[in-house]
Amino acid sequence: MEIFDLTIHELHEKLAAKEVSSVEATRAMLERIEAVDGQVNAYITVTPEQALVEAEAADRRIAAGDVAPLTGIPVGLKDIFITKGVRTTCGSRILENFVPPYDGTAVAKLKEQGAVIVGKLNQDEFAMGSSNESSYFGPVKNPWNLECTPGGSSGGSAAAIAARTATATLGTDTGGSIRQPASHCSCVGLKPTYGRVSRYGVIAYASSLDQVGPLTRDVTDAALLLGAVAGHDPKDSTSVNTPVPDYVAGLAAGVKGLKIGLPKQYFIEGLDPDVKRAMDEAIALYKSLGAELREVSLPHTEYAVATYYLIATAEASSNLARYDGVRFGHRAEDARGLKEMFAKTRAEGFGPEVKRRIMLGTYALSSGYYDAYYVKAQKVRTLIMQDFLNAFNEVDVLLTPIAPTPPFKIGEKLADPLQMYLSDIFTIPVNLAGTCGISIPAGFSAAGLPIGLQLIGKPFGEASILSTAYAFERETQWHLKKAPL
Amino acid sequence: MKYQVVIGLEVHTQLTTNTKIFCGCSTRFGAEPNSQTCPVCLGFPGALPVLNKQVVENAILAGLATNCSITQRNVFARKNYFYPDLPKGYQISQFDLPICQHGHLDIEVEGEKKRIGITRIHMEEDAGKLVHADIPGVDDSCVDLNRACTPLLEIVSEPDMRSPDEAIAYLKKLHQIVMYLGICDGNLEEGSFRCDANVSLMPVGSTVFGTRAELKNINSFKFIKQAIEYEIERQAEILDDGGKVIQETRLFDPNTGTTRSMRGKEEAHDYRYFPDPDLVPVLIPDQWIEDVRATLPELPEAKRARYVAELGLPEYDAEVLVSSRELAQYYEETVALFPQAKTVSNWVMGEVSRALNEDNNRSITDCPVTPALLADLLKLMEKGTISGKIAKTVFDEMYKSGKAPEKIVEEKGLVQVSDTGAIEAMVDEVLKNNPGQVEQYRGGKETVFGFFVGQVMRASKGKANPAVVNELLLKKLQA
Repeated sequence: MEIFDLTIHELHEKLAAKEVSSVEATRAMLERIEAVDGQVNAYITVTPEQALVEAEAADRRIAAGDVAPLTGIPVGLKDIFITKGVRTTCGSRILENFVPPYDGTAVAKLKEQGAVIVGKLNQDEFAMGSSNESSYFGPVKNPWNLECTPGGSSGGSAAAIAARTATATLGTDTGGSIRQPASHCSCVGLKPTYGRVSRYGVIAYASSLDQVGPLTRDVTDAALLLGAVAGHDPKDSTSVNTPVPDYVAGLAAGVKGLKIGLPKQYFIEGLDPDVKRAMDEAIALYKSLGAELREVSLPHTEYAVATYYLIATAEASSNLARYDGVRFGHRAEDARGLKEMFAKTRAEGFGPEVKRRIMLGTYALSSGYYDAYYVKAQKVRTLIMQDFLNAFNEVDVLLTPIAPTPPFKIGEKLADPLQMYLSDIFTIPVNLAGTCGISIPAGFSAAGLPIGLQLIGKPFGEASILSTAYAFERETQWHLKKAPL
Repeated sequence: MKYQVVIGLEVHTQLTTNTKIFCGCSTRFGAEPNSQTCPVCLGFPGALPVLNKQVVENAILAGLATNCSITQRNVFARKNYFYPDLPKGYQISQFDLPICQHGHLDIEVEGEKKRIGITRIHMEEDAGKLVHADIPGVDDSCVDLNRACTPLLEIVSEPDMRSPDEAIAYLKKLHQIVMYLGICDGNLEEGSFRCDANVSLMPVGSTVFGTRAELKNINSFKFIKQAIEYEIERQAEILDDGGKVIQETRLFDPNTGTTRSMRGKEEAHDYRYFPDPDLVPVLIPDQWIEDVRATLPELPEAKRARYVAELGLPEYDAEVLVSSRELAQYYEETVALFPQAKTVSNWVMGEVSRALNEDNNRSITDCPVTPALLADLLKLMEKGTISGKIAKTVFDEMYKSGKAPEKIVEEKGLVQVSDTGAIEAMVDEVLKNNPGQVEQYRGGKETVFGFFVGQVMRASKGKANPAVVNELLLKKLQA
């Protein structure tokens, strides 16, 4: 077993036992990136010098006996996380050369623990996309099949786990952007409850939906990494001040007597047969472990995608207004006058998907349409939240597919944005409801492509979905399979 | 005049908080450009706003002082537009749920009282400012974001004012109140208190408002009056010629005393307001309002009424003394030590104000003659140690040197002479030297009496006790 194959908790044990140093682990990871990332394109920026400095510092800390779970662990960050002194692009030309002057809260927490940041990971531009094809830095390839997309928008974060070019990564999830690529790359991806992790220092796409979460090789790592970044942050007034439980300690709770709901709107005709089969097997396994499975209803599910594309784009149109060429990032040359500078900068700096969403959102907020679109969408959002709260009166967690199909081919859905938007149909409602969900490896298609399953929890029920996921992982081998790379 | 003017005012008051509304940067005026900025107020990617609690408390204070109801669930909204001094591409403001609503202020113009409605008061952040570099060959503009994200209250009146004088009376009243509350430094020149005026004309007797022009960002009471007066003329001419006033934003040019078009309605923005998802709603429970109410100072109107009712001051005196919180405080501190309300009022409005005015409009808060010193001076006068006239001389000396009045009186030998023997000698001397006037007086011309008083006072170098002088003169002349 190579060092780069290890999970956080495995590497942590070796570091703590001084069987391996952080510098060695970091070198191994950097060499692995060097060797395979050319094929995968998971990294936008690799930071070897800084990583080795951080690794040396971690080794000194370990030598002093101060070893936190993430001390010395090589991690990658989606390029949406603001990193002081390290270029942060958000997958966009408009921030191609943007070097931020500060660290965000999640990054600061990782650094406090002594994690080693090896680089910034590819993503859909401004996190807008489900296939990582909208990145200015080119598409990410799925390590399980280089012709396929890894999903998105945290495609680089998921692909780096699958390609074993990072021990763990952080992503963000606005409508499924952690869970869907985790599913497509056969790793564990957790979207925490809105407010669980600070958004300070995370480039905003849709502020009321975005949430930071871990992508890891197994459930234990997800629990560890979530524990490291969760908690109240006075710099983010939407972050919630409730205690962070010890997620790792709660993993072995088991599922005996657990009530698992199967939302009937998620098991529809047209679900890919391979996905359906994986779900049936998972359900059977949970039954055998003593869980109680029952059908529940989330009646407003069919409106989720439409609602999401109104709210998310409305917020995005406003959040992205700051990219105007005045203070940082790309500025168009040779513009005559202010208006032209704004217009040219944005025309050159943003890609087509971002422009499409800015225009959608601007329209949804414009006078005369605001009530019909934005306000209506907020009302539907409330109904969707209510659906989940009602369901959680009956069951403890929900089990659903993550995506209607296994990973699709690069370019396959580019021509049809609506088709692309529908690929997030099973993940979006969780963001609208503001609750938590996890994607775990649950099988492979006949063509050998990964399939994930989703467990959805109550608000702040991360511990519960983690232990439910852990029960499944203990009985299966899917998470141990390695991409052929 | 055949038109009635209709005026509504929007006042922006910059709050005197130490830090900005959504970050911890300083709000100090006049610092090196961009030295008071951070990722939050620069609108950097990933930065998030966190509300300054003091801004909410200041807004509640302003609302209570202007008879508003306080909104208990407050939502911040984004007002979206592009401008280089607006870092985020939107301004965080309040839209449909402002913190204060439905208030009023009472004004008085030429003895007539009138109530002006206050539609709303809301909290918002300021933008930065553009600096147009004065460098030959450089036509770039620079952006200073020190002011970006400083807290403002926007106070919007009903279109209730019907003359420039009413507008100014309302503005001055509002200015006085925010200064009393201590929430705004009231500095018009630095833009801490700035006003937009909506002005329209309608035929006298009409109830339908005409099309209005918005006059932007005027920074003195005088200019506001001029701008409104000019607008009345301009719009009246258009209407007289059978034309139509167009709805537009106009700028006032203090050099010409005229207004000119800045942008028309056709360029009006669609601000696409929506609730800011980065800020959670601010809930204001009753208790919080009551806690803030407990800190509400006595406001000028109440103070004035109290001066009249409890201290027996004339309306005029009361009005002058409450014109600023500091002046009123000076007055009250003096009265506390020397409880003769009217005498103190005369001195504060007279000598104290005159000396400060002559001293470059020095502020009452650093008047060298403190309330305690002034009270001491007045006590000396009351005891008869010095005359009122001498007291004025002593006051000037106190103002210059800051010395105690007793000391000055002693050093300069200004003690009043009440010794009957000494005064009698002077009286005799004066009567002896002016036989003609004595003749006149005795012949019935009593006005000459003042002449004798003056002569005796001069002889005593002002130190003779006037009461004693009067008494002795009368006695001798009638003998």
